[in-house]
Amino acid sequence: MGKLVGMEVALAAAEAAALCRFEVAAVYPITPQSHVAEHLSDIVNDGRVDASFITVEGEHSALSAVIGASATGARVITATSSQGLLYMGEVMPIASGMRLPIVMIVANRAVSSPINIWNDHSDIMPMRDTGWITIFAENGQDAVDMVIQAYKIAENRDVMLPVIVTMDGFQLTHVVEPINIPDQEEVDRFLPPYNPYATLHPDRPISMGTLGMPEIFPEAQKAKDVALVNSIRVIKEVWDEWERLFGRKYEAVETYRTDDADVALLTMGSMGETAEVAVDELRRQDVKAGLVKIKLWRPFPFEDLKKALKGIRVLAVTDRAVSFGGPGGPVFSEVRSALYDEDVRPKIANFIIGLGGRDVQVGDFVTMVKRAAEGKLAEPYEFYGVRG
Amino acid sequence: MTTATLSPTIVQNFDLFAPKLVDREEYFSWGHRACQGCAEALAIRLMCKALGRDTIITNATGCMEVISSLYPTTAWKLPWIHVAFPNAAAVASGVEAGLAALHRKGKIPDKRVKSVAIGGDGGTMDIGFQSLSGAMERGHDILYVCLDNEAYMNTGIQRSSGTPFLGATTTSPAGKKISGNQVWKKNVMEIMVAHNIPYAATASPSYPIDFMNKVKKARAIKGPAYIHCLVPCPTGWRIPSEKSIQYGRLAYETGVFPIYEVEDGKYRFTLPVPEKRRPVEDYLKGQGRFRHVTPDQVKLIQERVDVEWEALLIKMERSKSYTEIREQLKK
Ligand SMILES: Cc1ncc(C[n+]2csc(CCOP(=O)(O)OP(=O)(O)O)c2C)c(N)n1
Ligand SMILES: [Mg+2]
Repeated sequence: MGKLVGMEVALAAAEAAALCRFEVAAVYPITPQSHVAEHLSDIVNDGRVDASFITVEGEHSALSAVIGASATGARVITATSSQGLLYMGEVMPIASGMRLPIVMIVANRAVSSPINIWNDHSDIMPMRDTGWITIFAENGQDAVDMVIQAYKIAENRDVMLPVIVTMDGFQLTHVVEPINIPDQEEVDRFLPPYNPYATLHPDRPISMGTLGMPEIFPEAQKAKDVALVNSIRVIKEVWDEWERLFGRKYEAVETYRTDDADVALLTMGSMGETAEVAVDELRRQDVKAGLVKIKLWRPFPFEDLKKALKGIRVLAVTDRAVSFGGPGGPVFSEVRSALYDEDVRPKIANFIIGLGGRDVQVGDFVTMVKRAAEGKLAEPYEFYGVRG
Repeated sequence: MTTATLSPTIVQNFDLFAPKLVDREEYFSWGHRACQGCAEALAIRLMCKALGRDTIITNATGCMEVISSLYPTTAWKLPWIHVAFPNAAAVASGVEAGLAALHRKGKIPDKRVKSVAIGGDGGTMDIGFQSLSGAMERGHDILYVCLDNEAYMNTGIQRSSGTPFLGATTTSPAGKKISGNQVWKKNVMEIMVAHNIPYAATASPSYPIDFMNKVKKARAIKGPAYIHCLVPCPTGWRIPSEKSIQYGRLAYETGVFPIYEVEDGKYRFTLPVPEKRRPVEDYLKGQGRFRHVTPDQVKLIQERVDVEWEALLIKMERSKSYTEIREQLKK
């Protein structure tokens, strides 16, 4: 049944990890993730879970320590933001290459420079190709549910990959929302104890993280890609099970009022809720607008996206990060490439918005949709509302 | 300094007979790809014998990981993990924390399994220094063994902070204007001592029983321990491969690399102390990496070694264990 509480989302995400009975946490503080680190520490030091919290001296070590712990067969959690995530960068593809079911909470924040603690997606985007399953939370309930689901997905024998649950810093992590926190028994029923495939233990010595020569390296890379691509099946199964048990539905691509829509917005993360209000406003103004929200970033849900965009004539893709000198924002290039082989495909506009915490309001989304629908775009992408 | 020069009382020392007691099991298998005469590989072999099977090794990137883990082969009969270059200590702390959690919950058999990290001088003293300091400061029950061959050998003999003064490497070459490494070797052993860990020691595979005894002692300690092991590298030092053991001895006999331990704050020599140290020249000569060193520079090195040796002697004589000091304060 769970319990409806009003709770700060960062704390709720940590509570979700506690419900999963994590055994080792290694987290280094960074705004806006710090409340996760602090709350995990509270949980451990109050004895609410039987776990160790390693107060590492940096994020590189945070991820390294949870790799070590995960390799012994422990269930682990880490969390970070921005510079911290980039600092983990070296270890990110190692975690996925070693096929360890680590779960990481990322509180999205802009990366320097200039230094800026506020929200955008410029930290998570460079991690796109590191082989982690990456799921975007839109609200507090997503954050809690997705953290619990993440362990079930990661630890599935057909997956065995690390998972990032990413949530917008401040805009999501620091707001107090009504959230249904599942009961411990419910979570225990949903998530059995981690049953590792292979662990570091003297009773069965194995070597992990060995050297791969050109004769085997590409096969290892392909195996990781195949695992990631195929994980979408498990992710959907887990979401189906979640819906059966908890009554809340999750989809790789969610739609809002797209059935008869002519023009649609596309968002990832917490701005989806603002965009919904904008769609309602546009509908009041007789604009046949809809909204498409990508929740699963890796593996990229190609088929779900194509299905969601059926009948859409114009699509306004919003990006919260820049691919400097590239074809447009990272979401835009992904979406456009996904549709390339379609006979009928929408015209796509790209608005780069909300960098470093710049506010994006309902009216802004309304304007973006109208401009895209009229075909008035600065090609190929536009820094919406940015001076200079 | 050989056993022949030792006092007769030392013959009663059990340690001298210990070779017979050394584990015959090879936990670090033959057939790995190390160079001939690699003292780093030898040190690992000895270390593993002293550690025994209930051990998990975390290996920093470097020669040892490369020569021992070429997929699908492995030289490791102990559970072993390699993650990256800078983070062996962090990974080993995670291994320890993971084991502890699983042990508490009864998910793994009830026995003590030691988490041991190994890294080269680069992986320990330079890029891995932060994670080493963090792991030691946090008090994990881990042993860290630095296998110091005084350069980044794996990538082609580049200078590290472990490279000795004037040592020629590929990034501190003996050039016409600047000749060799221009700064003195970083003393990581003392930095570890300053972390107030229960046990820190220097060692050498040229003194195998001493080294193994230290590994055993460090393994038994509940808490962080550090062993700094000097491992001559024939390829990097430009010495004949059959001389690596000899150069390890010369490093001690000249005082270039003192072998000692610091337990609970108390300094102690663990090998018979040479009555008269050999001149550093005995150690420098024959090593291609010091070929360019001038007689004046040899004097400079000698002077530095003399000063450091004296400074160490003072610590040997004056230092007291924290337990002793505590007792004293009570009185
Ligand atoms: C982050 C990073 N930087 C650089 C390297 C390249 N690298 C691999 S091993 C190594 C040197 C290893 O030297 P050391 O730790 O002394 O070990 P040795 O090979 O001498 O035993 C370097 C520079 C790397 N693997 N990772
Ligand atoms: Mg080295």
